[in-house]
Amino acid sequence: MPQRIVSQRIVSLVAGLLFGVGLILSGMTDPAKVLAFLDVAGRWDPTLALVMASAIPVAAVGFALARRRGAPLLGGSLRIPTRRDIDARLIGGSLLFGVGWGLAGLCPGPALVTAAFGIAPALVFTVAMLAGMFTFNLLFEAGSRPRGVAKGSGTSC
Amino acid sequence: MELAAFLPALAGGALIGLSAALLVLATGRVAGISGITGSLLGPPDDDTGWRLAFLTGLLLAPLAVVALTGRIPPVTIAAPTGLLALAGFLVGLGTRIGSGCTSGHGVCGIARLSPRSLVATGLFMASAAATVYVIRHVIGA
Repeated sequence: MPQRIVSQRIVSLVAGLLFGVGLILSGMTDPAKVLAFLDVAGRWDPTLALVMASAIPVAAVGFALARRRGAPLLGGSLRIPTRRDIDARLIGGSLLFGVGWGLAGLCPGPALVTAAFGIAPALVFTVAMLAGMFTFNLLFEAGSRPRGVAKGSGTSC
Repeated sequence: MELAAFLPALAGGALIGLSAALLVLATGRVAGISGITGSLLGPPDDDTGWRLAFLTGLLLAPLAVVALTGRIPPVTIAAPTGLLALAGFLVGLGTRIGSGCTSGHGVCGIARLSPRSLVATGLFMASAAATVYVIRHVIGA
């Protein structure tokens, strides 16, 4: 395997680890805390707003530097989504996601992390989440386009 | 509320931001958990390797935290099993239809001022808050 690929995978592993530790440290992996954050009409706990408030500027520096540089440090090309249109899928999908998030207090990252803790209800949620993602692949992706080429629509962001 | 209550959220958020910055700077890829996970459920492609590596790191995080702190942090899940399954399915399907979740839209997308991500984040926060409102203050569960 080329050195560049090995380096990319090591960096990705470290990034995943940092992400997961960040989620745990921040409190995002405690659904009770997440639901208290979302309960704006009840005893609102605003603490988790700080997670985004702190994550976004740090990430913004990374995106700005990556764009200025024009290419990743480890070679290859930047794969930053370019679409700007607001379509029905974006709206409908985001609304559906919010309903699920509000029902359980778990979004995808925290779901995977709490499942990795071996917590049974988190495993139930995560298996169902994977089933939902797989259903998407069956409904929307089957034979629609070569994977990994048109990065604007099917992938995250 | 005291500063001590805010510090973990700020520090954890900074780590999440650092992860996203590191990934895009070094590899040019976006740290969107739903996209990374959902794509791995499809046919393999050029991105499969780094995606698996990222998820492996994410799944090792609990081990790292327990090794460092010696305890499992609080994870309080109150919803009954059937509701959890429904919620999980909606989160999986919705994030993939909407092309992102709290990480891809909420952190990475807003960090690059994507109009799609700003709209998506506003909508999923609003529908999550509305769902909690209905459950806690209308149904009263």
